[in-house]
Amino acid sequence: MAQSKSAYSIPTKTGKLDTHIFVVWVDNEAGVLARVVGLFSGRGYNIESLAVAEVDHKNNLSRVTIVTTGTPEVIEQIALQLKKLVPVHKVANFKREDKKVIFKEMALLKIVGSQIKIKKALNTCKKFNPVVLDKTNKSIVIQITALRREIDIMGKNLKPLGLVSVSRTGAVAMTRGAEIFN
Amino acid sequence: MSKLYSGAEIVFKCLEDQGVEFIFGYPGGAVLPIYDELKNHPSIKHILVRHEQGAGHAAEGYARSSGKPGVVLVTSGPGATNVVTALTDAYMDSVPLVCISGQVPTHLIGTDAFQECDTTGITRPCTKHNWLVKDINDLPRIMHEAFIVATTGRPGPVLVDIPKDVQFAKTKYSKPKKEKKINGKVSNGFNQKDIDQLINLMSKASKPVFYTGGGVINSGPKASELLRELISLTGFPITSTLQGLGAYPGDDNQFLGMLGMHGTYEANNAMHDCDLLINIGARFDDRITGKIDEFSPKSKKVHIDIDPSSINKIVKVDLSIVGDVGDVIRSITKTLKNKNLNLEKSNKQKISKWWQQIQKWRTKDSLNFINSDTIIKPQHAVQRLYELTKNQDTYITTEVGQHQMWAAQHYKFNKPNRWMTSGGLGTMGYGLPAAVGVQIAHPKKLVVDIAGEASILMTMQEISTAVQYNLPIKIFILNNQYMGMVRQWQELLHEKNYSESYSKALPDFVKLAEAYGCIGIRAKKPNELDEKIQEMIDVDRPVIFDCHVDQDENCFPMIPSGKPHNQMLLGPKDQEKNKITGKGKALV
Repeated sequence: MAQSKSAYSIPTKTGKLDTHIFVVWVDNEAGVLARVVGLFSGRGYNIESLAVAEVDHKNNLSRVTIVTTGTPEVIEQIALQLKKLVPVHKVANFKREDKKVIFKEMALLKIVGSQIKIKKALNTCKKFNPVVLDKTNKSIVIQITALRREIDIMGKNLKPLGLVSVSRTGAVAMTRGAEIFN
Repeated sequence: MSKLYSGAEIVFKCLEDQGVEFIFGYPGGAVLPIYDELKNHPSIKHILVRHEQGAGHAAEGYARSSGKPGVVLVTSGPGATNVVTALTDAYMDSVPLVCISGQVPTHLIGTDAFQECDTTGITRPCTKHNWLVKDINDLPRIMHEAFIVATTGRPGPVLVDIPKDVQFAKTKYSKPKKEKKINGKVSNGFNQKDIDQLINLMSKASKPVFYTGGGVINSGPKASELLRELISLTGFPITSTLQGLGAYPGDDNQFLGMLGMHGTYEANNAMHDCDLLINIGARFDDRITGKIDEFSPKSKKVHIDIDPSSINKIVKVDLSIVGDVGDVIRSITKTLKNKNLNLEKSNKQKISKWWQQIQKWRTKDSLNFINSDTIIKPQHAVQRLYELTKNQDTYITTEVGQHQMWAAQHYKFNKPNRWMTSGGLGTMGYGLPAAVGVQIAHPKKLVVDIAGEASILMTMQEISTAVQYNLPIKIFILNNQYMGMVRQWQELLHEKNYSESYSKALPDFVKLAEAYGCIGIRAKKPNELDEKIQEMIDVDRPVIFDCHVDQDENCFPMIPSGKPHNQMLLGPKDQEKNKITGKGKALV
């Protein structure tokens, strides 16, 4: 093995990567999103998707949902680092495979084409609660809610049917049943 | 109706209520209202530095030597960007700082106004928290919260950015609320079960070692006393990180010296071979652990720290106790006494074997060096400085590099808060301004900055601050005309290609001292060293001591990169032996 010329150690093997969804309750104040996102970029964590909006106007709280991948050690670090941020109140984190939690993303799909294609497109979306938000003779805007990978597949399937524009949110999460996050 | 105060007045009222005596700063356009208010608050003294980085490091020196938060006041734009290095340094080494920065008036924010920069954006990653005060009504609350965030939990720097119009605007003032918890950020909720589990591990261990760090110092002087009691009660060996030096007496027999890259042979081997490793207030820094896969492979690991995110960050531990280390140590000692478990006696046989092994390692005398009659060896210079200053309460700061490691190895600290060095960030130029801050906090004490000639030139201007305030700091430069640590790495790893590490045009430090209005002393020969060090100590003015030392000296022992603790590279005497046996050469 060639001798290291580095003043630092050599990277060792990394563990298996898991996808996790973090739900973070933060004070809705200027710069708070930058703090959360800056923590991820500054420490080299990955963000696959991000959704944020105020959920409690009275207490001025926003709920941030972040999908990320990392080794179990990294996931633990992310949770602990997030908890250290001053405007962060609560942090919850779920494995994507967790059956007790619902994850959903929303997508807006614009299809431009003949009526036949539009009809086919709507049909293709049937499984994902399609809502028609706008319709003209040669175009349609459909809203669907689904999992990330389902929307990925929809994007592919709708391409030949005249899909011209996709806008999607990051995932949001909620536990099933009467339980709430602690 | 209660009285209305301007933003500038509120800043000072908060500082007064927080018991602030000194602020380190530099005026400028966007903080002029605050500077204008200074004259009305005689209990707060302003120390004018020469560069905002110096203000930050001086505040760090003040904070680390006094245990109180350091306060910095700078202007917008360049004032704020100049202080970023010091904030990052304080963040890495957990030093409580409150930095107040001026900002352009709120209506100009975002317009690229004169001396505008996104201060809260720039300092977000290097502070625990920061605030841009856009509304005067938020100012009293934010100022008090700033002190709470800086000083509670794991301490660190915070920044409050105050636009100029907010400094003029008026509002009511409110006193700090007691015991306001910020989102439950401070965790001291360890329980007796954890302590019992630790004691169980301790009673089973046959090769235990304590590894203590800056957390013990940060927990306050009481924590150091409690640590001493715990160590003597257990009879276990103890080693310390760079930042932890002084928490336990450096000349005590149970102390193995510093561990890590330039730590002692016995400390590192004890870390490698131990069966129980108790980390108190340290963070498994990469300069400590070396190769992670082979770090202390046979031990149960316990981590006691106030910062939950420090636990399992680098090294997976078997038992973690989150809490203020002082409180945890007190609890351990109390439980030990209650159970009447005198580990020293019950475990004596097991531990005595361990101590025999440690004694064997000690015979390596890993801090040795080949002294000379003709040229001053840097280690010898530090040793002489120690011998001549150990009879008084001396505060040592350092810059960063070989001299820093020699200071850590050869200067023995007996009390906490006497050793100020930039460990995490490794900021060259830290020591001189830090010495200024230390001397401010301890006017009658001897304060020495053990420096290198390259580091000192980075913040040389602050000697002017020392002269202005009659601060008799001593700048003890180990001058080898090289960036010594860079040269050492180039020698060991880059085939002696000394690329840009030699300083071709150094100033005459004696004349420089005179130009600044302080005393310059030069030593070139070993036989004049003691006399000149004494001269330096005796003079009640700032001194620049230019100590010409061996240019080729390397800092040993060392753990080469990517090696575990038990594969240390020892000093020249040992290398001679190894040449004969042919062993160890592969390590170079």
